[in-house]
Amino acid sequence: MPVTFELNGRSTTVDVSPETPLLWVLRDTLNLTGTKYGCGIAACGACTVHIDGEAARSCVYPISSVSAKRVTTIEGLSMDRSHPVQEAWIEAQAPQCGYCQSGQIMTAVAFLKKTPSPTPQQVDAAMSDNICRCGTAQRIRKAVLHASELMQAQGGAR
Amino acid sequence: MSESIDRKTSRIELVSRRGFLGNAFGAGAFVLGAGILPVNALAKGAASLNTTADTKPIAAATWHPSIFIGVETDGTVRIIAHRSEMGTGIRTTLPMVVADEMEADWSSVKVQQGFGDKAYGSQDTDGSESITDFYDTMRTAGATARLMLVRAAAAKWGVPSGDCTAQSHFVVHQSGKKLGYGELAALAAQQPLPKPEEVVLKNPSQFRYIGKGVPIVDLNDIVTGRGVFGMDIAVPGMVYASIERPPVLGGTVRSLDDSAAQKTAGVGGVYTIPTFTAPHGFKPLGGVAVIADNTWAATKARKALKIEWDNGPHAIFDSEVNKKQMMETSRKPQKVARKVGNVDAEFAKGGGKVIESQYYTPLLAHVPMEPPVATAYYKNGKVEVWSSTQNPQEVQNSVAAFVGVKPEDVTCHVTLLGGGFGRKSKPDYASEAAYLSKQIGKPVKVVWSREDDIHFDYFHTTSAMYFKAKLDDAGKPEAWLQRSVFPTISTLGDPNAEYGRSELDMGFTDVPFHLTNHQVENGPAKAHVRIGWLRSVANVYHAFGVQSFVDELAHAAGRDPIDYTLEILGPDRTIDLESEHTEYENYGKPLKQFPLDTSRLRGVIEAVRTKSNYAQRKAALAKGRALGFAAHRSFLTYVAVITEVEVDPQGKLTIHRMDLAADCGQVIHPDRVLAQFEGAAVFGVSLALYGEITASDGRIKQSNFNTYKVARITDSPRVTHVYLVPNGGAATGVGEPGVPPVAPSITNAIFAATGKRIRELPVSKAKLA
Ligand code: FES
Ligand code: FES
Repeated sequence: MPVTFELNGRSTTVDVSPETPLLWVLRDTLNLTGTKYGCGIAACGACTVHIDGEAARSCVYPISSVSAKRVTTIEGLSMDRSHPVQEAWIEAQAPQCGYCQSGQIMTAVAFLKKTPSPTPQQVDAAMSDNICRCGTAQRIRKAVLHASELMQAQGGAR
Repeated sequence: MSESIDRKTSRIELVSRRGFLGNAFGAGAFVLGAGILPVNALAKGAASLNTTADTKPIAAATWHPSIFIGVETDGTVRIIAHRSEMGTGIRTTLPMVVADEMEADWSSVKVQQGFGDKAYGSQDTDGSESITDFYDTMRTAGATARLMLVRAAAAKWGVPSGDCTAQSHFVVHQSGKKLGYGELAALAAQQPLPKPEEVVLKNPSQFRYIGKGVPIVDLNDIVTGRGVFGMDIAVPGMVYASIERPPVLGGTVRSLDDSAAQKTAGVGGVYTIPTFTAPHGFKPLGGVAVIADNTWAATKARKALKIEWDNGPHAIFDSEVNKKQMMETSRKPQKVARKVGNVDAEFAKGGGKVIESQYYTPLLAHVPMEPPVATAYYKNGKVEVWSSTQNPQEVQNSVAAFVGVKPEDVTCHVTLLGGGFGRKSKPDYASEAAYLSKQIGKPVKVVWSREDDIHFDYFHTTSAMYFKAKLDDAGKPEAWLQRSVFPTISTLGDPNAEYGRSELDMGFTDVPFHLTNHQVENGPAKAHVRIGWLRSVANVYHAFGVQSFVDELAHAAGRDPIDYTLEILGPDRTIDLESEHTEYENYGKPLKQFPLDTSRLRGVIEAVRTKSNYAQRKAALAKGRALGFAAHRSFLTYVAVITEVEVDPQGKLTIHRMDLAADCGQVIHPDRVLAQFEGAAVFGVSLALYGEITASDGRIKQSNFNTYKVARITDSPRVTHVYLVPNGGAATGVGEPGVPPVAPSITNAIFAATGKRIRELPVSKAKLA
């Protein structure tokens, strides 16, 4: 049964079996591979996207429940890496292998929208949903705090 | 006109026939190839420097450039990197060294990934040695290119080349006129290769990038989701495979009922992959593959397979039983690997304070964030593979052997790796894809689920260690005995192997203390799962054993652990294992060039003690908090760590701070070096706190991040400080050496905080309250 939803600002329709997780629809059907697979059980955050503005684990989110919703993936965050979170990530040189970083960035963006000036403890709590096996925790902590400053300077969340 | 020059350990050649490079470079480009000379050619290479011109090329047939540097006519400098990028930044750092020496402007440099091809020399990205091996060669190559560009400009202007200099992508004449590298490319390609002695390296004060660093070339792609990992490969006509592998090593399919799976939507067939014949090496495990038109459909249909297995002899494997056996083995006399003085006689004398201790570490899984994944297309006796791999030539060899073609008929495209840690040196997953593609006649992508990754890893081995020392009244060890027992990596090639070799040289035979009676032993153990190397390899367990034991001795002697360590380290010296007749691999590097230098270990210990304010902090610790220390040399690099932990009354552990001092020789890319040590701190926390793989009935019990935990940001040190101890010597490893001392620094801190000695990892098994 076809499912229609908004993906990175565009109306998109797919016809796959309804229980297929959004993750695999994005990756295999729509060729949007920025969203990564890491565990498939909502334990690592590599597959984090925004659904109606909230961070969600696309690996356990059946495509049938995405109907009529608004989905944003890393590819939809900004065309030119100009989102303050991306800028902060670049400045901190956070990535090592980079595989977890799409998910980290998507979690951070959703978090900062709700918590524009977080404490380091709040950053840790929010980012603990995402695993980075390369161990970029320290850079991520720094980047999220810096992104919050950039967003304040630019006049609030995006 | 000579075709190549040899300089020290490097060879540079002018590439005229592009051969396997295809159309990587445009017409008119000036292309140099560079690589290290094989060790057996070095003696001759040195001679050729003395006899200058007309030297016979060394083993021209067997030597191949590892890296190619091209200057395009539009000024783009294209560098083809041959090493795999798994997060260390090597894909950036090696080209950056070339660019600096050739005075290229980094913004005009494009880095391309080389295919797997033996034409690149070794591409095995393992053992923390890319920089150690290639730094000089990259500089020589860059300097050669620079000189040829300068000479090209001088020839064009008809002026002496000595009046011209290269400056940021231009050659400038003293009169002020200048020509861009692009304009000079075609002319430079006509220049004869300079004589080795004419190639002058930059003075370090002239470095633009070396020692300073540039952002990694993939940074923008990564933060926008555009980086292409093995998981992201899609080729036209591709199908997806999910494989049910034998749950016990060496198991075979007894019966298969695939009727339900075949009926699942999207399924395009079920295929059996034969179980390997011993030795298992890098061969696939075998099993049953479900083919479908997307990853999810394949994964789902696989669950509908009904398979009965013949499990074979490893079904007896039970980690608890195995642990008991190994612990018992470690308590008995074993094969001697190093002997200084006479420990038996010294113990037999009696007296002193005798301390005995045993340590145990479990199997570990690599769990790179991207699980193993490969795409392959078998067509007309040739195979094309796209894969996250640390070793594309091993992909060629393994795939070729498995599907019955020649290695040169396998092309391996190297993608970005979503982490490697040693797992992706073993290309069993690429062979699976190639085998299935041959059966089906279409490109096949094999995606390992996280559960597959954990169940079927090449595990980091489990180990049991025994230590015994006798202390004199001042607390100095008069005799020191140490034993290590572990299933060995050698079982890859010989499943019956029971003794280690390389493993012993990783933090065990090379214990650096000044001991008059010292004995190192290795006892036998059988492997029941695939054993492989994981970041830092045997140093992980050996550093845990040795550094925990030193801490126990320090406490027994009533001394501060750092003071005590420095004392038993003894006078500054290089430890001459060769003249002791101790076999020692030294990470494949000559001891003369990279000695075991106790002064450098002392250096990092003193550095971390001073820079972390150890004494003051130790004297003023808040309740429940304590400091722990460990130091270790591995991959030719020296590292010391001080960790501050807190154990609250409920037994909850917090790692507040970690300070690491490292002496890794010359630092080429400081930020990426810092990142490697920051990452090592977290990797060390993972294995110290949580890492544990267990088995019963031959089957692995953990399956995903819920049962095999790794450190999250909340487990990681709140703050990590890294100090790089200046040393003008050659650059040594940074990818691995940070890891080993982390776990014992944590457990030693836990002891200081609680009086509880952790002798078995992971810490999560112990009650700290
Ligand atoms: S892949 Fe979705 S949380 Fe790990
Ligand atoms: S950067 Fe490699 S997993 Fe996070």
